Amino acid sequence: MNAPSSPAEAARLHAEFVKGLWRENPVFVQVLGMCPTLAVTNSAINALAMGAATTAVLACSSLLVSLLGRFIPAQVRISTYVIVIATFVTVVDFVLQAILPDVHKELGAFLALIVVNCLILGRQEAFASKNPPLAAVLDALGMGLGFLFALLCLGATREVLGNGSLFGIDLFGPAFEPWVVMVLPPGGFLMLGLILLLFSWRLQRRAAAAAEEKR
Amino acid sequence: MSDFELPPEPGSTRLVATLTVAGLLAGLLLASTYALTLPAIEANAAAALQRAVFQVVPGTTAMRKLVLTGGRFVPADGSEAKDAVAVYAAYGDGGRFLGYAIPGQGPGFQDTIKLLFGYDPQRELVVGMQVLDSRETPGLGDKIFKDPAFAREFAALAVRPEAVVVKHGTGTLPNQVDGITGATISSKAVVRIVNERCAGLLDKLPAAAEVPPAPKEESR
Amino acid sequence: MKELVWIFLGALVVNNFTLSYFLGLCPFFGVSGKLQTAFRLGLATTFVMVITAIAAWALNTFVLVQFPYLRLLSFIVVIASAVQFVEMVVKKASPALFAALGIFLPLITTNCAILGLALFQTSRGYGLLQGIVFALGAGGGFTLALALMASLREEAKLSDVPALARGTAFNLLLAGILAMAFMGFAGLGSS
Repeated sequence: MNAPSSPAEAARLHAEFVKGLWRENPVFVQVLGMCPTLAVTNSAINALAMGAATTAVLACSSLLVSLLGRFIPAQVRISTYVIVIATFVTVVDFVLQAILPDVHKELGAFLALIVVNCLILGRQEAFASKNPPLAAVLDALGMGLGFLFALLCLGATREVLGNGSLFGIDLFGPAFEPWVVMVLPPGGFLMLGLILLLFSWRLQRRAAAAAEEKR
Repeated sequence: MSDFELPPEPGSTRLVATLTVAGLLAGLLLASTYALTLPAIEANAAAALQRAVFQVVPGTTAMRKLVLTGGRFVPADGSEAKDAVAVYAAYGDGGRFLGYAIPGQGPGFQDTIKLLFGYDPQRELVVGMQVLDSRETPGLGDKIFKDPAFAREFAALAVRPEAVVVKHGTGTLPNQVDGITGATISSKAVVRIVNERCAGLLDKLPAAAEVPPAPKEESR
Repeated sequence: MKELVWIFLGALVVNNFTLSYFLGLCPFFGVSGKLQTAFRLGLATTFVMVITAIAAWALNTFVLVQFPYLRLLSFIVVIASAVQFVEMVVKKASPALFAALGIFLPLITTNCAILGLALFQTSRGYGLLQGIVFALGAGGGFTLALALMASLREEAKLSDVPALARGTAFNLLLAGILAMAFMGFAGLGSS
């Protein structure tokens, strides 16, 4: 990997990294990878583990695809990407099972389902295959961390409301009556719906403000 | 894919070759990761099982796996069928036989409940129970494994006549389990799994005198 | 028999793949605009699920005993091939249906409900018959959820939804209410 040669280059790389965190956030803005987003976010720790596993798979796949991209004939590129992704997911699966068996048990089959997270395949096709390794890895890390951030937001809110705790630590004492539905499946849909509502409200206000300024 | 400009058609040999090479490399990487992590994974699984057995049969320091073959339980030697019914004989200090840890599973409120319970054939009592896997409702049904009071109900539970769930706080007989308020179905599911297992297996378990001796060195 | 009924009902409503396990959300939100398309996609998915269940069982029994680390890779290949196969059969047998399903048919490959089915079937140790019943239940459940969602959305088109909430946010809230309704099925198999 060659170091950025000029300030302009460095700024571009910085932009590739930052865009996934907020402006093009994979969950809140692009609404990608919904299955894991909703399925494992009933607690903050699960959300963190899932986000980290996804980021690891995404970064490894992007690096490899960026390095090998030009050797892969276009007709079989999707199949090759899928093989690459499935391989890294299996590796993460085994490693997690070996060092953090409790987390692995919590995530269960959803860990393997990272394979069909459209975010990962999407980044390979849209970015990694057309960009140099450093940019590809930065893009992957940005998107992965943005994904992790979104998962953590959902997971923390759902755990606090539904269980009265955060990362397993009791917050409110016994007087708190937990809002159980939040850690159940419907809570996932409702919470993400509310967050997206918040986002579109912000967008609408900003658009209104811009229109105001023009006048 | 129509908007994607295809470079000059590579021969199908090239396509097949690319996929084959990718597949081979993937297989190689996976095989080596598998070989590297397998010992740790197996040790984790064994340690988890051991913890559970030691908990449901209090005082256990060693265990031995028994499998049901031809209508009776014999020590497992690795040659048994993968889906053979298994129980774990538990031994205390000095290799004294304490009882059996028996796995069971069945439908709960949300999903299948998997559990392990201890049975002492000398006293004819269930002596402990631990839920291994379940998806019961948080805050209600999950008390079957989060509420220590519910677990204590299984510390000395008679299963002949079969155990029954009663309203919380009214259990007086040795075969009555105090149900969890707000989680009657989950409580009943746990008791039913224990009952079904007992009805099916207790007669087949070797009597205390015929139990194979404790393993030589303490199982790790 | 009792166990098979529990597997079927469990996958159909109690632990509905879409509303309780969050599997197959892409088509659930993407293709639930019209009831008829939703229903057809559900049926095609169910069909692929049954094929996948049989293939996953065969792989688990005969191949993956020796090579457990190839599970994920081989499942994906099997699913992609199954979808391709279904596509060819439908094209031959009923060009009309093929045209109606259009792009949705190949998209079944990236439906995580199918991979999820194969993985759950493995982790629960289902046999051949159990696997097929599980696939029928899961596919039926997916079709049910998709059809219900599509009817709700057709209905919602006629009502006065605030502009702010239209789109994904509204669909998510609808799905949340639907999921709450499905929670009423819990406890079905155990009373």
